[in-house]
Amino acid sequence: MPSKVTNVVVAGLGGQGVLKATDILAEVALRARHDVKKSEIKGMSQRGGSVTGDVRFGDEVLSPMVTAGEADYLLVLEPTQVEPHRHYLKPGGTLITPDAVDADQLPNKKSLNVALLGALSAHLPMSQDGWLEVLRAGFAENFFEANRQAFLVGRGQHL
Amino acid sequence: MPPVERQLLSGDEAIALAAFHAGVALGAGYPGTPSTEILEYFSELGGHGQWSPNEKVALEVAIGVAFGGARAMATMKHVGLNVASDPLFTVAYTGVTGALVVVSADDPGMASSQNEQDNRRYAVAAGVPMLEPSDSQEAYDFFHAAVEISERWKIPVLFRLTTRVCHSKTVVCPHGHNGPPAPPTFARDIRGRVMIPAYARPAHRRLRQKLTQIQEWNETCPLNRLVPGKKSLGIITSGISFMHAREAAPEASILKLGFTHPLPMKKIAEFVKSVQRCVVIEEGDPYLVEAIRAGGHQVEGKADMYRFGELDVARVRRILKNDTSPEPFKPPGKPPQLCDGCQYRLVFDTLRRKNCIVAGDIGCYTLGVLPPFEAVDSCVCMGASIGVGLGLRHVLPPDQARRVVSVIGDSTFVHGGITGLVEMVYNPPPNGHVLIILDNLTTAMTGHQEHPATGRKLNHEPTGKLVLEDLARSLGMRRVHVVEPRVGSDQFERVLDECLASNELAVIIARRPCLLIVKRLKELEKEPDRCECEQEAKRQGTGAVQNADASSDAPDHAKRLGLR
Repeated sequence: MPSKVTNVVVAGLGGQGVLKATDILAEVALRARHDVKKSEIKGMSQRGGSVTGDVRFGDEVLSPMVTAGEADYLLVLEPTQVEPHRHYLKPGGTLITPDAVDADQLPNKKSLNVALLGALSAHLPMSQDGWLEVLRAGFAENFFEANRQAFLVGRGQHL
Repeated sequence: MPPVERQLLSGDEAIALAAFHAGVALGAGYPGTPSTEILEYFSELGGHGQWSPNEKVALEVAIGVAFGGARAMATMKHVGLNVASDPLFTVAYTGVTGALVVVSADDPGMASSQNEQDNRRYAVAAGVPMLEPSDSQEAYDFFHAAVEISERWKIPVLFRLTTRVCHSKTVVCPHGHNGPPAPPTFARDIRGRVMIPAYARPAHRRLRQKLTQIQEWNETCPLNRLVPGKKSLGIITSGISFMHAREAAPEASILKLGFTHPLPMKKIAEFVKSVQRCVVIEEGDPYLVEAIRAGGHQVEGKADMYRFGELDVARVRRILKNDTSPEPFKPPGKPPQLCDGCQYRLVFDTLRRKNCIVAGDIGCYTLGVLPPFEAVDSCVCMGASIGVGLGLRHVLPPDQARRVVSVIGDSTFVHGGITGLVEMVYNPPPNGHVLIILDNLTTAMTGHQEHPATGRKLNHEPTGKLVLEDLARSLGMRRVHVVEPRVGSDQFERVLDECLASNELAVIIARRPCLLIVKRLKELEKEPDRCECEQEAKRQGTGAVQNADASSDAPDHAKRLGLR
């Protein structure tokens, strides 16, 4: 019997932190003792092209790619990239776009990726502390406060 | 070596770690997606990694290392092996002393390449053993196996993987490694190493004997394994396709091949006989299916439509169902384009306005083919811009010939353009020719690596520098101009006009640092030894990781890979 796998696709444009977001999510899942695979299409990311990252986690993950129509969650950092990626989402899957967070509450624009991870985290079983631990480790120490704020804004909590 | 916990590594990172743990003395290569990161990570870990002008030189250097009894690695993308194929075919005859692992990172689906050639064919043509990992743990483990195989049979090993394995991150537990390498020393072996016909003839026979022995050994090699399942469906597969196949057909019996040349034909025969229906699932060329059928076995392959592009779980499901209906249309993502402030926008704009016929080349500047410029008329392979431009100039009527220019980047020029420039001087077309070298002081498209004309090595340490204009002048070229392409300046256009009108040979070097490296250049100029400090800082775990930023995608690998 194939194990239950959670499929997440993150999409946006080069420079928005799409792959960073997938790195964070994958590390959180890894530390929570899941099998994790993530894959990326990033050949053209530095020239403003689209970037997509897949993260899959569960007891055993086989293909590193999320099959179209099977994504449980689709995070899109750039409004223009929603339609080109919508086909990834399974029927009843959850779409998370920049609208999911109040941009005014974000410490800076660059933390949108972290804020959307916060929004995603509300749906996933991993603990808040688990996420914050990885956020702290994944960036320079002086970014942590801003990232923590952005994450919690997304996760829907008051500071 | 302290024990390291499970960690997420890309295939490239896993190879770099394995090479480091295996005591590879030198890794040489040329940047090329999806292989580029291997040498970068290897160097960050403390390995001796270096960029060569091109893959032929890289493999030759690696061969020298292996001849000297030390362990060597050469890395490249699939088309890079075309450039390195000359030494590859003959090092199979000479054999090696220290291990030689040639990493070919293929790009089925052409995420960033000019073709999707399937380099498994090289293993057959050159007569070398080939390993194909299907995830990062295997990339790590199989690399160690490659070193072992190479040293046991004194033969180069082709380590072949694809973009999906190179760039996907999967869990790796790095454990165990080859014994320490023997100390390098030179042992004369003239008949073994000098391939004049008298020595090459017996060398060929020795090669075929080795391959026969290796094939026999492969029949029981643990790199190939059986995943038990229902006998109604058997799948033979390798590489990333194995993962897709397991997910698409969880109940099938699967023969997973990890050592894919020479193929374990007896093991394959046993498997085919043991199942009712046998399907071969492979990306790209029908390499496996043809070899298996040539062995006299009835297996199903895939419809022709599935030889284009990568496979995935959905496509494998279709192959198993013999579904040849049109595949669902995937909306294209936003394509790349030249950065907003790129100085080469001005160049392509100028070329378009003058209606030049542009023989182009491979790099960021290939993007000049897209709207609004549409100012590239051909792009074949690394360095082809010069030869193609000259060929056009030789035969076109004068009013067209006079508008032909070749456009090449700095790294591409060093890679495959120098001999083109020699050709230009040696066999000049009747109306001259204009070569434009776009020198942005970096190998940009692949992620801003150094190259021989930047004056810095892979790790940014200063070294001897190739000065492009001096090279051109040394060939006797009179018209060699260095200009700075800048918005608001008409210098480039004036010089181009002058050269086009002259009917002589001309080289225009349009030089200005890529805007994405300006900051790094300033830092390197200020502190020439800075690269050393950065390496040391990383080893002590004080390296900082930046937030998503187009110019910094260098996470703290040394720390992350467990090397403090």
